Amino acid sequence: MDFGFNEEQELLRSTARKFLENECSSEFVRKRMAEPGGVTDEFWGKVAEQGWLGLVFGEEFGGSGLGFVDLTVLMEEMGRAVMPGPFVSTVLLGGLTIHEAGSAAQRKEWLPKIAAGQAKSTLAWTEPSGRWDAAGVTTTAKPVAGRWAISGTKLFVPDAHLADVLVVVARTAESKNSEEGIGLFLVTKGTPGLEVKLLPTMDQTRKLCEVTFNDVRVAADAVLGKAGGGWSPLARVVERATVALCAEMCGGAQRVLDMTVDYAKIRVAFGRPIGSYQGVKHRAADMLVEVENARSLTYYAAWAVDESVPEAALAASMAKAYCSDAFRRVSAAGIQLHGGIGFTWEHDLHLYFKRAKSSEFTFGDATYHRERVAQLISL
Amino acid sequence: MDFSLTPEQEAFRERVRAWLEQNIPRDWVRRATGASEVPRPEAYQLLREWQRTLYDAGFIGLTWPKEYGGQGLTFMEETIVQQEMAFRKAPPILNILGVGMAGPTIVAYGTEEQKQRYPAKILSCEEIWCQGYSEPNAGSDLASLQTRAVKDGDHWVINGQKVWTSLAHISDWMMLLARTDPEAPRHKGITYFLLDMTLPGVTVKPLRQITGDAEFNEVFFDNVRVHEAQVLGGVNNGWQVGLTTLMYERLALGFGLQVRLRIALDGLVEMARHVEKGGRPTTKDPVLRQKIAQLWIETESLKYTGARAVTKLLRGELPGPEASAGKMVWVDVHQRIQELAMEIQGPYAQLVAGSDRAVENGVWQYSFLRSRANSIEGGTTEIQKNIIGERVLGLPKG
Repeated sequence: MDFGFNEEQELLRSTARKFLENECSSEFVRKRMAEPGGVTDEFWGKVAEQGWLGLVFGEEFGGSGLGFVDLTVLMEEMGRAVMPGPFVSTVLLGGLTIHEAGSAAQRKEWLPKIAAGQAKSTLAWTEPSGRWDAAGVTTTAKPVAGRWAISGTKLFVPDAHLADVLVVVARTAESKNSEEGIGLFLVTKGTPGLEVKLLPTMDQTRKLCEVTFNDVRVAADAVLGKAGGGWSPLARVVERATVALCAEMCGGAQRVLDMTVDYAKIRVAFGRPIGSYQGVKHRAADMLVEVENARSLTYYAAWAVDESVPEAALAASMAKAYCSDAFRRVSAAGIQLHGGIGFTWEHDLHLYFKRAKSSEFTFGDATYHRERVAQLISL
Repeated sequence: MDFSLTPEQEAFRERVRAWLEQNIPRDWVRRATGASEVPRPEAYQLLREWQRTLYDAGFIGLTWPKEYGGQGLTFMEETIVQQEMAFRKAPPILNILGVGMAGPTIVAYGTEEQKQRYPAKILSCEEIWCQGYSEPNAGSDLASLQTRAVKDGDHWVINGQKVWTSLAHISDWMMLLARTDPEAPRHKGITYFLLDMTLPGVTVKPLRQITGDAEFNEVFFDNVRVHEAQVLGGVNNGWQVGLTTLMYERLALGFGLQVRLRIALDGLVEMARHVEKGGRPTTKDPVLRQKIAQLWIETESLKYTGARAVTKLLRGELPGPEASAGKMVWVDVHQRIQELAMEIQGPYAQLVAGSDRAVENGVWQYSFLRSRANSIEGGTTEIQKNIIGERVLGLPKG
């Protein structure tokens, strides 16, 4: 048993931190927040050069074939920097789904471009019902004259406005078991009937869209894998993306703790640094506990999905349930302990507080995942 | 990162597993509900025998040196044994303060004679130990302790009082902190003694707790004469030695407790399946499901956090911030498990042992009450937070 990172992973961490300190300052993040793009071509190109966009793809697709424990390290650093841009959508959702479910030709067409930073993608999955289960998929894909006709509305789709290709989750057949009859379809940017609307979001580093499919026609070979068998690969992808998101949340929460502790050491009230008061000190200790627990669960989940152990789904849900609460509470405590300055636009804390909120509701909140845990432990 | 075991470790696990299946007392298996980890008086005899059996099989003191009765193995084997014992709901260790605190401290600071004399008997449960730290006016502020030891020839004469001394009523030995230099700064004038509880002048008075049991005590010292050879780690060096004890308490004892938390949680789930609320098992109630799942998650998290600390130890590093919080997190989760046990029982939570209407013979009522001590004993949660704030986060002292 060895529950720690190895030398290569520690090296990846320090390289990533240095890169992000240079290229992704809070000034940079704030500029991107204010723009619809959320990222610059220059920055995305540099991220690609670092090898991050293909980190978990096979070498035959221009990737490095690394695992989710490696990715955990990277995600923690991205979270620390509140890195903006379509990493989660392009790599962990669109890219990973193509990697998981696509044919050799489909993978060859898209993955090298994604890894090289030349194409962006996303997953159009959730709908106005806000459900994360299979029953929430009501957008339909019907065979019409040797092609697929897709109709429906997708909501909370990350970075759809930037995506060169969307992976669309649509129902191909009604079935008693809602997990049957779900298909995954590639829809490229500009396809007639595809409408993308950017939505104003609380967390401006994360762009969300409403995507409408008005009888969008795609070729028969636009389906990933078997037309009715899309739920199972989708669930595997989302499980992995969830774990990666948890790691990003851990990194963000750790950064809030660091900022808060630094501030509590120098901010003086009643003649003493505020960190010397137990009211502040104990809350900081509580923050540390939540950050460390979040880490433990996330690291275990990353190992579990890498090894595909039977309890990987349970591990992912445990991590997401805990991280959702922990990041929210830690970032709120950070604001509280900073006092008025923590409530300003000028201070970076609100970037983390808002990132905590968007992450909390991505891939299911704590309540959703606790219920999943209850089911998985046969409660 | 790798959670798998080497073939040797896997073989060791199999050996532990097979042995436990053969040797866990049948009586205990019938009685165990997972509600309580605290040895109660009616179980003392069984627990003495259990610990002796463990010792004879070499499944206790795994990391202690062979020459002092241990097995000379690593924290990996220790972890495997702890996990298997928790999984099989093995009885707890009666001489827990000896095994968790006194033994490792003697191995670290003792003279060769002391190391030959005490550790093996701690492991075999031949000699039970208690911890003489807290006093009526020195609890969290331990360094203000007033029990004093005055030199008289080759003996020290002890006068004073300890309190909240768990297991003193069945202990053969005490880890005693006493003030040997009243003039020195308060941390510098304390000495650590290995005290024979049968010496004249030692009086143990059991204290009845909110559970109704009396497992902890007041201990009075009236001109108790202790030979100077009973000093551990040098005169006036007791604070340092005592801190070491506490470090072991947090690491070894803490890790064991954290692994064993799973027993209480499994017991809770089992109980919840058999208690109904609104005409269905409480495990089907959406709110209670949320609460059980949350505790499940936090119990697992403690296990993984422990594994991170063990990894550091195996790599020859000191555990990092993740390990410091183990005790207080364990306390928090355990107290919430006990509170949830009451919530699940609803009005039946009011009935205690002795009522044939009490759920599972009232064991949960006992452990619920007992769990209030968890956030006080072994360093209060408030003190733990000070330690994390100051030593881990580097915040200034108050």
